[in-house]
Amino acid sequence: MKPPAFSYHDPATLAEAVALVATLDNARVLSGGQSLMPMLNMRYVLPDHLIDLRRISELAHIRQSGGDIEIGGMTRQRDIEYSDLIAAKLPLLHEAIHWVGHRQTRNRGTIGGSLCHLDPAAEMVATVVAFDATLIAQGPSGVREIAASDWTLGYMTPSLAPDEILTGVRFTPWPDGHGAAFVEFARRHGDFAIASAAAMLTADGAGRITRAVLTIGGVGPAPVRLTEAEQGLVGQLANETAFAAAARHAAAIEAIGDALVPAEYRAHLAGVMAKRALAKAWSRIDGKGKLAA
Amino acid sequence: MSWGESRTITLTVNGTSYTREVEVRFHLADVLRHELGLTGTHLGCEHGVCGACTVLINGRSARSCLMLAVQADGAEITTIEGIADIDGPHAGGLHPLQEAFREFHGLQCGFCTPGMLTTLIELLRDNPAPTEEEVRIAISGNLCRCTGYQGIVDAALATAKNLREATAPA
Ligand code: FES
Ligand code: FES
Repeated sequence: MKPPAFSYHDPATLAEAVALVATLDNARVLSGGQSLMPMLNMRYVLPDHLIDLRRISELAHIRQSGGDIEIGGMTRQRDIEYSDLIAAKLPLLHEAIHWVGHRQTRNRGTIGGSLCHLDPAAEMVATVVAFDATLIAQGPSGVREIAASDWTLGYMTPSLAPDEILTGVRFTPWPDGHGAAFVEFARRHGDFAIASAAAMLTADGAGRITRAVLTIGGVGPAPVRLTEAEQGLVGQLANETAFAAAARHAAAIEAIGDALVPAEYRAHLAGVMAKRALAKAWSRIDGKGKLAA
Repeated sequence: MSWGESRTITLTVNGTSYTREVEVRFHLADVLRHELGLTGTHLGCEHGVCGACTVLINGRSARSCLMLAVQADGAEITTIEGIADIDGPHAGGLHPLQEAFREFHGLQCGFCTPGMLTTLIELLRDNPAPTEEEVRIAISGNLCRCTGYQGIVDAALATAKNLREATAPA
């Protein structure tokens, strides 16, 4: 239960960090350490080099740029949780972050670390997918922008080259007054979700859904957007029947099963979570009926 | 005996500054316990599951098994050994939360207690009037294998109430 020997690097600038990832063999990038440290302690990973990003202050920020909000990769989950800007502009992210691990791990864990670790149940991954956010990576040849839909290449495999570092994420907020909800089910608060759902909705004056997003996490090998369910919702009157129809798409995801949670149960929960997230998001739309038709 | 690369770091723990040469691969809990002799911080799992190793780093709770000691270079750390002295002098030499743990039967073997206390001290600073649910969520990352959680939750809620009353304008 002790990390193996490695060389430790703590570059002060992003340029130095990129130079290190581009040149060192068998190197691992350390951000908040809340996933990598357990893997080091248990020696699941045996890097020759650890490149710690903690001193690179340019990577820790939450800022508005134009209408968008940019969050640096080294921003601690706790700072996102406590940000008034995020609470006001990205309510889905604000709610999702409360489900990430525990208080003690959010104090250390970063958004970039969570996105790169890419656990199937990771709330941050489900959230960037729901927003179709843009991930920003820096490599030796410059900056690369990656759509959230292209980020996951496979189970716990992000679209990040070995010589790149994820520097941040850019979110485009939904219009004021939209409804957003992130719900999940785990046996203990803070554990990895057995299933999670993220929903965002807008409506017109007649109570019809004008825009819908529905994401399910924890069920397949990576969080997924249910685009068919979303298309089915748009134009519908928001009600139990419409949400149940969308939830059937969630329950149809090919679920992962394991010793504790059989696949059928995960799939069933996906449907339940989808319905709850949609109903909650709907209940939070400001002045339904007042939004432009 | 050394197995690899080392670095000299300075930590301020419970108000005392320590400079030590440590192996870069050592996690913070081992340095607190083995290099500084502060064995009040417990290790239950060493992979971020039990919360027994929780300490305050620059005022924020963190699992000392999930960070390298070199990452804490320059940090101010509060461990269980130092909590009696924070938030002012306390009659009886214990932090009010420690007193409440005693009063409400918040511990038996005491293994989880350092992590429970450091976590709850942070919660009560951030949120002086937590609900029972908020207390339970705050300690969701801390496992207690013998006392159960009821006494711990009662102690936290009673402390919050006492501290609020003590600071309320007369
Ligand atoms: S010893 Fe650190 S969380 Fe269990
Ligand atoms: S008091 Fe024994 S584990 Fe909590």
